Amino acid sequence: MTFLRFAVRRLVEMAVTLLGASFVVFGAMYLAPGSPASFLLSGRSASPAALQAINEQYHLDDPFLVRYLRWLGQVLQGDFGRSLTYRTDVSGLLADRLPATLLLVAMALLVVVVIGLVLGWVGAVRGGATDSAILVTTTLAVGTPSFVAAVLLQGLFAVKLGWFPTSGAGDGLLDMAWHLTLPAIALALYLIGMLARVTRSAMLDALEGEHVTVARSRGVPEREVIRRHVFRNSLGTVLTTGGLIVSTLLVCTILVESAFSVGGLGQLLELSTTTKDFPTVQAISLIIVALFMTVNLLVDLLHPLVDPRVTLGSRRSDA
Amino acid sequence: MNALDVRELRLRLPGTARPVLDGVDLTVAPGETVALVGESGSGKSLTSRAALGLLPPGAVPTGEVLVDGRDVLTMDAARLRELRTGRAAMVFQDPRAAVNPLRRIGDFLTESVRLTGTMSAADADRRAVELLDAVGLGPELMRRYPGQLSGGMLQRVMIAAALMGDPVLLLADEPTTALDVTSQAEVIALLDRLRERFGTGLLFVTHDLGLAAAISDRVYVMYAGRIVESGPAEALFEGPRHPYTAALLSSTPRLDGPTGRLAAIDGQPPDLRQELTGCAFAARCRYATDLCREEAPALRPAPGRPGQPAACHHPLEGSPADV
Repeated sequence: MTFLRFAVRRLVEMAVTLLGASFVVFGAMYLAPGSPASFLLSGRSASPAALQAINEQYHLDDPFLVRYLRWLGQVLQGDFGRSLTYRTDVSGLLADRLPATLLLVAMALLVVVVIGLVLGWVGAVRGGATDSAILVTTTLAVGTPSFVAAVLLQGLFAVKLGWFPTSGAGDGLLDMAWHLTLPAIALALYLIGMLARVTRSAMLDALEGEHVTVARSRGVPEREVIRRHVFRNSLGTVLTTGGLIVSTLLVCTILVESAFSVGGLGQLLELSTTTKDFPTVQAISLIIVALFMTVNLLVDLLHPLVDPRVTLGSRRSDA
Repeated sequence: MNALDVRELRLRLPGTARPVLDGVDLTVAPGETVALVGESGSGKSLTSRAALGLLPPGAVPTGEVLVDGRDVLTMDAARLRELRTGRAAMVFQDPRAAVNPLRRIGDFLTESVRLTGTMSAADADRRAVELLDAVGLGPELMRRYPGQLSGGMLQRVMIAAALMGDPVLLLADEPTTALDVTSQAEVIALLDRLRERFGTGLLFVTHDLGLAAAISDRVYVMYAGRIVESGPAEALFEGPRHPYTAALLSSTPRLDGPTGRLAAIDGQPPDLRQELTGCAFAARCRYATDLCREEAPALRPAPGRPGQPAACHHPLEGSPADV
């Protein structure tokens, strides 16, 4: 199967899945206790006339399927409706919040990939006390939930030492990066541990390969043997883990953004869920699902480049 | 000067009761084919790997392993790299496992000379294509991945790779065991042709005495870390002096021999955790006497056959028919 045909097929699959997800996302909100109307009235008792006005304005009396299709049609045109809390267009709200989240996830991903790979590499190659130290540290990291890490980092580096701001997202790229450093580390810690361990064990596996002995027997310098025959051969596993890492980042960003009041998508999702701001929750959920699927698609498309034995459309990763 | 000169090589592994190699003497002249024959665990692969300085972790060697006159055992890392990219190279048993499945054939062929700076990338590519041609493969293979080649083709690639540095010594560790019969014959013929063309000394490690006799000038038979018999291939094949050689011969199927059940050698080779007194083969030998169990026999030539020493207190004198 050619690359293009595979990509097109996967894109169609993705569209269908996204459609299913949109149905679930829309439906789930209506299964949740409480109605938009009662939120808008925020506990006040309203006259039947006012209640009916609200129901009419938000089409709350229409059958479920009609409401879903109307919403879907709007979403397809980029219109996610109006936020019940902020009284503005959800799409505008998202556009404001997206950069902080994207930068946060990108920074965390960079930290995870660089430190995780280096720790895994060093652990596998050095062995001995270095390896044990890395194993203990990464076990600790894997055992620390991101919100605990957030509080600890905040207490030490922001409150006590004052090196970083305690909260907020900042303005401009540099200021944002400075504001997001602690959140990114909090977000990355657990995943650094995970990636380091996966890389370490994949490299130890690859080290056992006969082709490694052969490369050494042919006088290939040791550093090149590790790079070309051990690390290279562990990349398939690392890539698969990479998909999982990005997905986890997207989920954990909700907790960390709230802890640091970053004001990104994650924090917005948390806020709008507690306030039953239905349109906003639906929009963010849909975006997270779409990001998830894009990441998975990328991993699948990249796999044949990392391992020539993997042909598009069939995953084979033995040996 | 010999391509390979192994002198009194002893190798001790951690946690064992006796040396895994116990005084191995062996020579390979330039352009000569020498076979090293033995069962699994006899130390034949270990001996050939020692010629590249590839020792198991924790191994303590004594003696000398001279490749082209230079002792491998005393080489530092830089010298070893030089040896491995140039004067000595090995063809491994299973090409499927020996070649990294994720890298292209061209990369495999050229990586050692390229990464050590022995050749420029362009020279290395040119040489690789030449050698592919020499082993009967086309230049288009340079861009292919190992998974796209058959086992026989891959072993040819392996041989071409071994010749990249123009070695004086080629070590072949059971190079045909993982291949089907047709490819086996091709690979053997190819090795022989290339040895002649490039004047390389060839040490052929195998468990198959028949194959060894067919391809080599001289044969060494190894048992439990010692050379028990050596000599010209034909003499050894027709008139083995050590009972182990004779037993190996009669356990090998032959087209011209009698049909019926093959004679297996009873018992197991001695365990490395167990110390040996006397002849290592005594426990499995039908001719063994008290002398064999007490005193290890030295490698001694027979009065009438100076070129065929055997380490046996009661060497056989006749032809294999008498065994």
